[in-house]
Amino acid sequence: MQSTDRSLRGQVAVVGVGETDYFKRGESPDAEFKLALKAILRACENAGVSPKDVDGFASYSNDRSDPSKLAAALGCKELRFANMQWGGGGGGGSAAIGNAAAAIATGMADCVVVFRALAQGEFGRFGQGPRRNVIAGGMAHTVPYGLMSPAQMFAMKVQRFMHDFRVEQPALRSISLASYHHAQNNPRAVMYGRPLDEAKYDESRWIVEPFHLFDCCLENDGAAAMILVPAERAKDFANLPAYLLSAASGSHYRAGASVHNTPDYATSTFKTLAPRLFEVAGVQPADVDVLQSYENFTGGVLMSIVEHGFCEPDGCNEFFVKDRLLAPDGDLPLNTSGGNLAECYMHGLGLNVEAVRQLWGESTSQVADAQVSMVISGPMVTPVSCCIFGAEATL
Amino acid sequence: MSDSYLAPGLPQPMPSPDGLDQRYWEGLNDEQIYLQRCTDCGGWQWGPEWICHRCLSFDLGFEAVTPTGRIYSFERVWHSVHPALNEQGPYIVVLVELPQADNVRLVGNLLGDPHQEVPFGAEVEAVFEHHTDADTPFTLLQWRFA
Repeated sequence: MQSTDRSLRGQVAVVGVGETDYFKRGESPDAEFKLALKAILRACENAGVSPKDVDGFASYSNDRSDPSKLAAALGCKELRFANMQWGGGGGGGSAAIGNAAAAIATGMADCVVVFRALAQGEFGRFGQGPRRNVIAGGMAHTVPYGLMSPAQMFAMKVQRFMHDFRVEQPALRSISLASYHHAQNNPRAVMYGRPLDEAKYDESRWIVEPFHLFDCCLENDGAAAMILVPAERAKDFANLPAYLLSAASGSHYRAGASVHNTPDYATSTFKTLAPRLFEVAGVQPADVDVLQSYENFTGGVLMSIVEHGFCEPDGCNEFFVKDRLLAPDGDLPLNTSGGNLAECYMHGLGLNVEAVRQLWGESTSQVADAQVSMVISGPMVTPVSCCIFGAEATL
Repeated sequence: MSDSYLAPGLPQPMPSPDGLDQRYWEGLNDEQIYLQRCTDCGGWQWGPEWICHRCLSFDLGFEAVTPTGRIYSFERVWHSVHPALNEQGPYIVVLVELPQADNVRLVGNLLGDPHQEVPFGAEVEAVFEHHTDADTPFTLLQWRFA
């Protein structure tokens, strides 16, 4: 039996989303757990679901807000699904949605919250090197050479890809400009009121070549949550259902080989996922109306978009032009909330929220009549994930 | 140590407590690159694993390789993320592949001018950077153009 014979397509829908206010890292007045609670309550309110009826929680990247404690705090009648997607970074964002949907589709749970909460002031930053005196294991082979932050871990992949396919810096710049452009329409965005242009990008300092400052994601505090229910109940709620057409997670052969030894190195890790994603969804890249693609670093977005078939690898310099990436009229409106670069770095779950908002017609950079809305989560890590949401007409 | 490529104060490497990469670190102290090689199928692998990913044999050994390679990728780092590097200025990290060992890759620094051009595929040779004044002496594996 082919795995695609057992499809999630159209079986589960998102019926509510919720976000806290977004803060610069370390500036949340609330503890991380309280941020999680607030986002979940807002998602429940948005859907018209009682928090007592939530019976499952799914998250990723070792989220610290334990489902049992969340269920206890919220007075949930019963906990039936408590799920953590393995792996770090934002690679699990769409996988957590897939996991929740799988539980619902198989009857393990009826109302699952997918969430992510971060308070880096409370728990420390991502973008800093380790402070211990000695180091062992895989990191002993990189940290003593000054290779220790996420930007440093991924820059060599992007450098190699850019070399292989002669990608030039303006292609990366266009991705950053698109995110900042959309953030200027979004009052929730941390970079609202702080526009970016070509000159400001070009003059910004290098973090690690080929990443300028504006090629790198923010570090923020906040939380986001989504409510998933079975398709047959999806019309009982206030919002139009955003049906999950497909979700894929994983990585290629030996993607996890340590010390930068994966055989296919210069990749966003999506080559094996993309065909499965589109096949289950029953759509092609050309059918996608709007795309949210996780920007840890712009180079990861570029490779992700290539590996999902929107652009040939040797066509990047022509494809990644700012105007082509803008809502409402671009060829591929990209990161329409401002994304991780300019809205908020909520480990990418904000991108999934924005994808749903596009189907509801509620984005601050709305694409006209969006029917197929796609998310790519956490390029260059392993496992990564991606998903496609569709309006009712796509079923 | 004054003649190290990067300023002192970064975390010092130590062999993994489970012993998996101990032969590698011992080898560097003796100016040798010892990498993992399967005793059954002869394949090389790196980073070290408990099992051969090709033939699934647990019978893995370590063998010295010729200390040369070619640059597979690189990055020039400008922004310090560790206090020890705040005054460092730019530095170059290279990913070196070893054709003589099934193209396994090693991470190091490229010695010389941190502003220099770094051609992909360039031939490099190993330089063993000894940190003898550390509490537990260790050696880093650096590279320079051959």
